[in-house]
Amino acid sequence: MASKANDSSVFPKSEVIAAAPRRAAINVWAIFAWVVLIITTIIALFPMYWLFANAFTPILATPPLSPILIPAFRLDNFERLLANNKFYINWMINSLVVAFAITAFHVVFDTLAGYAFAKKRFPGRNLFFILILSTLMIPIHVTFIPLYLINRSLGLIDSLWALILPGTAWVFGIFLMRQYIQTLPSELIDAARIDGASEIGVFRHVIFPLSMPAIAALAIFTFVRSWNDFLWPVIALNKPQNYTLTVGVANLQGEFMTDWGIIFSGAALAALPMIVFFLLFQKYFLEGVRMGALKG
Amino acid sequence: MTSVQTFIKKYGWAYLFILPSLITFALFTLFPVIWSLIISFQDYSIVRGGTWVTPFYENYRISFTMLNGIFVTAIRNTVFYTIFTVTANILFGLILASLIQPLGNRMRTFFRAAYYLPAVTSALIIGLTWAYIYNAQWGFATYLTRALGLPPIRFLSDPDIALPAITLSAVLTLPATAVVLYSAAMGSIPREYYEAAELDGANPIQRWWHVTVPLLKSTTLYLVVLYTIASFEVFERIYIMVPSGVGNSTQTIVTQIYANGFKEFEFGVASAQAFVLFAIIAVLAIFQFRVFRSDVEY
Repeated sequence: MASKANDSSVFPKSEVIAAAPRRAAINVWAIFAWVVLIITTIIALFPMYWLFANAFTPILATPPLSPILIPAFRLDNFERLLANNKFYINWMINSLVVAFAITAFHVVFDTLAGYAFAKKRFPGRNLFFILILSTLMIPIHVTFIPLYLINRSLGLIDSLWALILPGTAWVFGIFLMRQYIQTLPSELIDAARIDGASEIGVFRHVIFPLSMPAIAALAIFTFVRSWNDFLWPVIALNKPQNYTLTVGVANLQGEFMTDWGIIFSGAALAALPMIVFFLLFQKYFLEGVRMGALKG
Repeated sequence: MTSVQTFIKKYGWAYLFILPSLITFALFTLFPVIWSLIISFQDYSIVRGGTWVTPFYENYRISFTMLNGIFVTAIRNTVFYTIFTVTANILFGLILASLIQPLGNRMRTFFRAAYYLPAVTSALIIGLTWAYIYNAQWGFATYLTRALGLPPIRFLSDPDIALPAITLSAVLTLPATAVVLYSAAMGSIPREYYEAAELDGANPIQRWWHVTVPLLKSTTLYLVVLYTIASFEVFERIYIMVPSGVGNSTQTIVTQIYANGFKEFEFGVASAQAFVLFAIIAVLAIFQFRVFRSDVEY
């Protein structure tokens, strides 16, 4: 018993699952745990690593004897990508424009609606909220044919508006903002009102700044989701110069069937911004997942 | 002041705040869903518009009994893919979250981030990468089978292997959300529960199985529903790994909706199939909620 008390003071966290009566048992358990964690980490990261290793290695005419695991750190593939594919930069700009526009819409619309659902009393509040939440169960594929017909009659097919406008409806954002704003003390809103703040003033100067952690998570997820979106863009965009990155990269496969260097470098360059983005804002990503913002 | 004016003064701002969201939902979700349901009972052409089919369920009948039975095969393939990926995701999520739980804060954050990193990359690019991992000449998996002395496997061109190979690629794309959510849920289980179990003489495995796992039930329910829906909607991975399909062996529900809708322009049939997907997802979600319904609160 004395040795156990000792263990838990050395490894306070180990109690949750690994606390065992004998030190030997802890060690076997710990070694097993580390082996599993290291192997699964390699499995998780290997495809991305392999993509980048190949993107930075000039392709050969015949398959090498062993797989390419160490990159050559050469930019040949990227040079050929940009030289042979005159639209790659357009795709990147299109993806950026769409992702920024959708994110901006979401930050404003979802925070406004989330605030109303969290802090305001009005007839039909629950009905509207349930109505919006119920759209969660609808597979988005059900909407594609009518969306295509609507955009076609508005002349928006093959324009970025076809991606931006439907992209403004996403129920997770409203739900996330409502959950967060509910936790803010209502006294702050009352105090601002007593000080003579207008409704817009309360929103701009109280709710919006206080909701920043949730807004950051919402903005990051919306951006990534939009950047990675594929099925609707591939339906809505026809001309190569109008593609977004995912659609463009998918088409590289058909166009440069034999030149893998171009395909690998195109895919790596499309993935890179989100990976950098994640490494910079990890904390918000993981916090956002916890708040229930995204599937992945 | 009239009652209308009072009403507007009292509630006007609240309605104004939800209005932009309501409009976008009405225009881009509700209206399309209703229209799509109508089209699923029509023969719809872009030029002529829609005419009702007879019998009214004709598009559904065509989906299930004609077109060489592709749609039924597609449903079967989707179920196969879903069973394996959802089971693996839940197990991997639970085990990995349990293994990182006893670690220090910094290591725990490191592993969560490592498992999460691939999830910020588009399913399309992950799929593209796997297509080359499986490539018959240059692919890493091909080198691996050679090194193990196995005969060459045509991962993506053998109709018996393509779907299992694609499913394996999804299983090995570890469940980032499950690890993060399980990890957060485990952190909030009160320490006393473990102390009580320990006093009763439970060993660590027993404590994990009888305390941790049952208390994670609501997280498990959420993840099962989430992953089931995502797996039933699988598309990008298949579209990019086997662009022209391997016979019908790699067709799934969404690849069929896409092909019928935007390659064949059979909007009626594609809409009917989309509603079959909707029905399957709704029934499964309700069923899962019933099976898992948990009274445990903590």
